[in-house]
Amino acid sequence: MTWALVFLALIMALVIGYLLSQTINRQPWLADDPLENRPSGMPQSILPSKLGLGVLLAVITSMFGLFFSAYVQRMELADWSRVQEPSVLWINTVVLVLASIAMNQALRGARRDDVRATRRALIAAGVLSFAFLVGQLVAWGQLRDAGFYMRGNPAAAFFYLLTAIHGIHLVGGLWVWARTSNRLRGVDKVGEFRLSVELCTVYWHFLLLVWLFLFALLLNT
Amino acid sequence: MAYVAIADRDDPHAMHHPKSFVTRYIWSQDHKVIAIQYSLIAIAVGLVALVLSGMMRLQLGFPDTFSFIDPADYYQFITMHGMIMVIYLLTALLLGGFGNYLIPLMVGARDMVFPYMNMLSVWVYLLAVIVLMASFFVPGGPTGAGWTLYPPQAILEGTPGASWGIILMLVSLAIFIVAFTMGGLNYVTTVLQARCRGMTLMRMPLSVWGIFMATVLGLLAFPALFVSAVMMTLDSLIGTSFFMPAIVSLGETESYDGGSPILFQHLFWFFGHPEVYIVALPAFGIVSDLLSTHARKNIFGYRMMVWAILAIGGLSFVVWAHHMYVSGMNPYFGFFFATTTLIIAVPTAIKVYNWVLTLWRGDIHLTVPMLFSIGFIFTFVHGGLTGLFLGNVVVDVPLSDTYFVVGHFHMVMGVSPILVIFGAIYHWFPKITGRMYNDSMGKLHFWLTLLGTYSIYLPMHYLGILGVPRRYFAMGTTDFIPDSAQAMNAGITVSAIIVAVVQIVFIVNMAWSVFKGKKSGGNPWRATTLEWQTPQTPPEHGNWGEKLPVVYRWAYDYSVPGAKEDFIPQNEPPEAGVIAGREHGVEHS
Repeated sequence: MTWALVFLALIMALVIGYLLSQTINRQPWLADDPLENRPSGMPQSILPSKLGLGVLLAVITSMFGLFFSAYVQRMELADWSRVQEPSVLWINTVVLVLASIAMNQALRGARRDDVRATRRALIAAGVLSFAFLVGQLVAWGQLRDAGFYMRGNPAAAFFYLLTAIHGIHLVGGLWVWARTSNRLRGVDKVGEFRLSVELCTVYWHFLLLVWLFLFALLLNT
Repeated sequence: MAYVAIADRDDPHAMHHPKSFVTRYIWSQDHKVIAIQYSLIAIAVGLVALVLSGMMRLQLGFPDTFSFIDPADYYQFITMHGMIMVIYLLTALLLGGFGNYLIPLMVGARDMVFPYMNMLSVWVYLLAVIVLMASFFVPGGPTGAGWTLYPPQAILEGTPGASWGIILMLVSLAIFIVAFTMGGLNYVTTVLQARCRGMTLMRMPLSVWGIFMATVLGLLAFPALFVSAVMMTLDSLIGTSFFMPAIVSLGETESYDGGSPILFQHLFWFFGHPEVYIVALPAFGIVSDLLSTHARKNIFGYRMMVWAILAIGGLSFVVWAHHMYVSGMNPYFGFFFATTTLIIAVPTAIKVYNWVLTLWRGDIHLTVPMLFSIGFIFTFVHGGLTGLFLGNVVVDVPLSDTYFVVGHFHMVMGVSPILVIFGAIYHWFPKITGRMYNDSMGKLHFWLTLLGTYSIYLPMHYLGILGVPRRYFAMGTTDFIPDSAQAMNAGITVSAIIVAVVQIVFIVNMAWSVFKGKKSGGNPWRATTLEWQTPQTPPEHGNWGEKLPVVYRWAYDYSVPGAKEDFIPQNEPPEAGVIAGREHGVEHS
């Protein structure tokens, strides 16, 4: 549980620190006219959807943190035996990194308001992400052929479970990706879709980070 | 395009106003309609849980009398009663119901910032409830594992509902967590981004503070329940051994090996303890506003109240293992968690002092919401003090799994939040419906509920000290439990049935008043907060008409010396050159 605690302590420290900075040294009982002097402590200029995504990522981080700490705690028990990770995972990792880079390219295209470049990069990112998912399924197959099932070996069970949870989150991202790329068809300005591309990019980078962390954890235990 | 803060956008036509009955009342994206949908579903499922507790009490009060209750039924009643009350009633009603209704109105927003997701949230919540209720109709019935669902027994044969019931329970919880996350994203983002002009964080009513912090806790803690639900589902369906140790069950060796039931307990309580505050913090916030409004006095120590909410929120993540003193964990852990438990009592006690000091020399109006709020102070102090007993390892170990614990947690997180919920429903009923409830029926409801619940839970503490164990279908004969304990159990059952029946008064009062109550006007309590200043009552879609409100002051300007009336609404500009409080040299807070 220590891992999860450290995570949550960090998030809580951020939240409480922000709130304290907004509440300390205020005299709430004093009235004044906000139209004359704009009071500090008003909402920052962040788009609600960006903040919303940030909160969602905090929730997902909390979930993965708890999965990881359950993993570490379960690992300390007597019956733990290591799993040989399938080598295809290395290729998958490269593919996911490429997907993230492509997403970044899409974002740069969107910032230049270049619809063609945005669409091309976006589609590349999606295809690479699908390739990653297929690669994960191949890894499952390899692991199964090596005789590791969910039953009987807790390390293998965690392997299937954690990769599945990560994959499901990627599938969720791909759903938003599909909607965004679909809407970008036949428009000649990125305009309002820039925000969608931006949110997708953040989400993809986040899932890449989670994967790198997860992969490192799997390799080392 | 430049970003225009929500508070600076005035145009109500940007919202899509619903046209048909279906989009207005069923697939509605209006936070007020969603709040009512949430509340009605929660209250309906809560009534099911109330009936279940009545059945349990019948068995306990008069054993060997009711042939339709066998031990398996009894365990199923316990489990479903606990889980429904904590998650599907209290969490859903306080956050989904009051959170949805109050946040946009109190911070001066037109709606939640993601209305579509808000609508999804309530329908996914309904799905979770349907899945849970479905478990009453599957082979084997609902799970009887106890609301904590501890493995290994939760999924082993011999426990009621070990095949279908437990799976439906876990799936329903996972769905609930998805629903809660969709709602929670809205509550947090709305509070942070959609406050109207002048509504600084330190001018928010404490109700919003409580709901906001509880949502943050929920967003970070519910994943722990999700993780444990997923892993237990796999243990049950696929036969993994995340939580399941090697075990011989009913004479047969199970295929499980090496899992850790304690791991589940850690994950469960890592969610479970913050859950207590997910329920308590909104209640704390709401009761602060009710006390201040009906005592016509500013809340004592507003800033301290806010910081106490923050402190409780932070600390609630480091006390979880005080639920596990008897689980066999390292005794030094127990020492650590006993210490943090005592520390969290400090901000909680500050809140209680401040409530009492708010009443001190106030102009107390004994309205129905006020009665419920004062009742809450009693039950909460009571439950909080017994919490200090149980927080200490040496006192907890002998009292563990006795009725003392049952009495304690029902007092602190059963009765107390429910009293606040009743108070809040009576308080905001005129705003929600535009009509007043029947005052005498409300007072009757209050007195019978308060005295009734006291006569249920106070004796339970005594039973616990005698050593009467909880969760038992029947006590049988023992050397240490006197016969009089049975008489007391019968008395508790009679009180419980009376309290349950009294709730009919509440439901009839509400149902009748919605249609026939006296028109209440927009601000019957002469309250300062924004929701009472809406142009229409009940507020229409978009809440504020053409212009968003502008806030000039905090929510607690009651009985300001020199003011024309004994309250100044938050959106009333200061008179030229006069700044409330300062001019008269009045010391607040």
